[in-house]
Amino acid sequence: MNNTVSHGAIEPHAHQIFEQSPFAIPSKKLAMWLFIMADVMTLAACLAAYGFLRNATPDWPRPFHGLTGVGIMTVIILTTCLALSIAVEAAHEGDKLLAFRWTMLTGAGGVLFSVLHIREWLEMGARGMGLLHNPWGPAAFGAAYYVITGFSLLHMALGSAALLIVGLRYRGGRYNSDDLEIMNIYWQFVTLAWLFIVPAVYLMNVAR
Amino acid sequence: MHDVSAPASAAHHGPPTSLIRKHIFSLDHKVIGKQYYGLALVAVLIGMGLSWLMRIHLGWTNAHIPGLHLLSPNGAPGDVMTPEYYLQLMTMHATFMVFFVLTTAPFAAFGNFFLPIHTGAEDMPFPHFNMMSFWTTFVAFCVMVSSFFVGDGPTLGGWTQYAPLSAVGPVSGPGQGTGVILWALSIAIFCVGQLLGALNFIPNVLDLRCRGMSFWRLPMPTWAWFITSCMGLTAFSVLMPACIMLILDHVGGTSFFVPSNLVINDQMQPHSGGSTLLWQHLFWFFGHPEVYIAIVPGMGIVTHVLITNMRKPMLSHRVLVYCMAALAILSYMVYGHHMFVSGMNPVSALGFSFPTLLITIPSTIIVLIWIGSLYGARMRLNSASLFALGFISLFITGGVSGFFLAQPSIQILLHATYFVVAHFHFTMAIAAIFGIFSGTYFWFPKMWGRMMNETLGKIHFWLTFVGVYCIFMPFHYLGLAGNVRRYQAFVVDYMQPLIGVHKFVTIAALLTGAVQFIFLFNLVYSRFRGALAPDNPWEATSLERSTSSPPPFDNFGGRQMVVYHDPYQYGVQSSTGDYVLQDSPEQVKSAHDEP
Repeated sequence: MNNTVSHGAIEPHAHQIFEQSPFAIPSKKLAMWLFIMADVMTLAACLAAYGFLRNATPDWPRPFHGLTGVGIMTVIILTTCLALSIAVEAAHEGDKLLAFRWTMLTGAGGVLFSVLHIREWLEMGARGMGLLHNPWGPAAFGAAYYVITGFSLLHMALGSAALLIVGLRYRGGRYNSDDLEIMNIYWQFVTLAWLFIVPAVYLMNVAR
Repeated sequence: MHDVSAPASAAHHGPPTSLIRKHIFSLDHKVIGKQYYGLALVAVLIGMGLSWLMRIHLGWTNAHIPGLHLLSPNGAPGDVMTPEYYLQLMTMHATFMVFFVLTTAPFAAFGNFFLPIHTGAEDMPFPHFNMMSFWTTFVAFCVMVSSFFVGDGPTLGGWTQYAPLSAVGPVSGPGQGTGVILWALSIAIFCVGQLLGALNFIPNVLDLRCRGMSFWRLPMPTWAWFITSCMGLTAFSVLMPACIMLILDHVGGTSFFVPSNLVINDQMQPHSGGSTLLWQHLFWFFGHPEVYIAIVPGMGIVTHVLITNMRKPMLSHRVLVYCMAALAILSYMVYGHHMFVSGMNPVSALGFSFPTLLITIPSTIIVLIWIGSLYGARMRLNSASLFALGFISLFITGGVSGFFLAQPSIQILLHATYFVVAHFHFTMAIAAIFGIFSGTYFWFPKMWGRMMNETLGKIHFWLTFVGVYCIFMPFHYLGLAGNVRRYQAFVVDYMQPLIGVHKFVTIAALLTGAVQFIFLFNLVYSRFRGALAPDNPWEATSLERSTSSPPPFDNFGGRQMVVYHDPYQYGVQSSTGDYVLQDSPEQVKSAHDEP
């Protein structure tokens, strides 16, 4: 044992020491899935709160006229999903440079999404919508809007930063294709979360 | 297909050398487990002290409690507790007990210490997360304690923090401004700590089982910790956004939980558009699983201790595991039974009542398996097994009142009375604490390498056992007599005759609390002066018995463990006696070897 403790996670060849894991994936990947389970509950709580308030409030505002901005953001995030999947595929096939490039592209897409998201917030702010009041009446709308889209923005911004770091470290040899795949799981989840947020927050509130 | 040729990137650490790495920011799961235990011990002393103050006030309203004004000059002018301060102490008693004792000790403390050893691993899969889990919880604890000393004291809203009073700020009473913010902040931080803990516990059980350790060879406490961490993973992540929204209602001025046109103390509140019921839904979606987060580890510990002392296996270990899992799943579906009087649609009360009655089935099966297994056993009566038996007694007593409370027609009558206080104290509070005591007496030798004093342990048990019944049994009577809970004084005529009962309960609480210092003395004295513990003082079989007391930093001294038996091979004939260690390759004939 060389007088050290190894933890870490079920690693390749670890089955010689440990019983076969039921999911046959490294522990880090399992931990990411578990984190996502917890995060799904957090998102579900936010969306449930939103639905509860929306149902309980008469004259819920429908302030969105066009959805071009949101549409562009959705296209971007879906594209980044594809890009990161290509990166992971390339990494598994050993094409390190290609994997690195696609990862960086994904990170850049994430940054762009975050910038557009902030722009969207600023635009809503300019139309007079704050956390506490808005020109359309029910104050709960603003709070719910900023909390739920804030959930997404926070995840995207942190995820983009993580992607850039993981990408650089992957190129430097510190991380391997598994780490890219773990980032990919996270990224696909954030995308999925956005696909729940768009209909709940935007499509359901388009001006009639 | 992941990259199987990649080099292992596992973190490795050698034995810690510096004081900080060894005892403070330690990565060792055993040190972290002890840290959690210490935190729970401090929290339980605070919680018990607060309950003493509350009980004195309930027995003798306007009693002078010497020195109380030092804790809060405004809350206890002239050493007499104000009504508001009573509620503040009540809130903090529950908060410390539920979060920092009942969640922390049986799950995080014992789980951290023993789960990796039970699975035959050298440490948790992510030791850094594990360390952060403790220190995050510690920060949460400090934030909660700080609320005693900031502004006008801690919040008075109860550990459930019902909106709208929790969300409107200082207008609803002392502690409802900064106090609530600190409460919600502390709990949100606590939730992060629990997430980090669950991210270690679950992969440990799934991935780091040593060779031969199939799932059905895991000891019962490990199953319980695994099931509990699954609950913690999904329950705390709902409470966290609720707490953030509560903080936003205070700091950001939002109205998630405050409805329009609310008038408090003749002041029209500026909020509008929120829902008070929303808080209760979010809170109890966490709150009911939390009850099982507190009790399920105790069930696992008690089963383990009983089997060891009965010297024979339970009737069925698999059914016990299935029942604990059923409790976990059902616990998410019953939460509305806390809300029967909330103004929720009565039809949904029926909907929540049915699974609540359903959840009594796995609970009853668990109890029947315990009792059925105890039948005819030649029990070794030591402090650990006595507390385990006490756990069963308390769980049954508390469970029986659950049958009544599961039905809306009865619950609506009893909801605001001491009957409910009796119910939840017997089940999730005292029973769970008996589980902690049982685990402490059982595992202390392994954790600290010294034996606890058995005579003191048995005295501690009998006095505590009688004491808790004296405290909580009369609550049933008080509740049925219509004694409302959460009141700081009972001035209404029909409650006057009940004050004598309250005085009895107060005296019982003071004495039973004082008895706990026997335990504390035993703990501290044994830690330094107790007899040196052998590796296997209880002749038990699970893997912690195959290593020294206390275990070395890598748990098994460099050995790669291999397991040959299920953990409850008692009543067999082997070279060691009537049991076989899990890692002993010796083949013994057994009627109960589960494949």
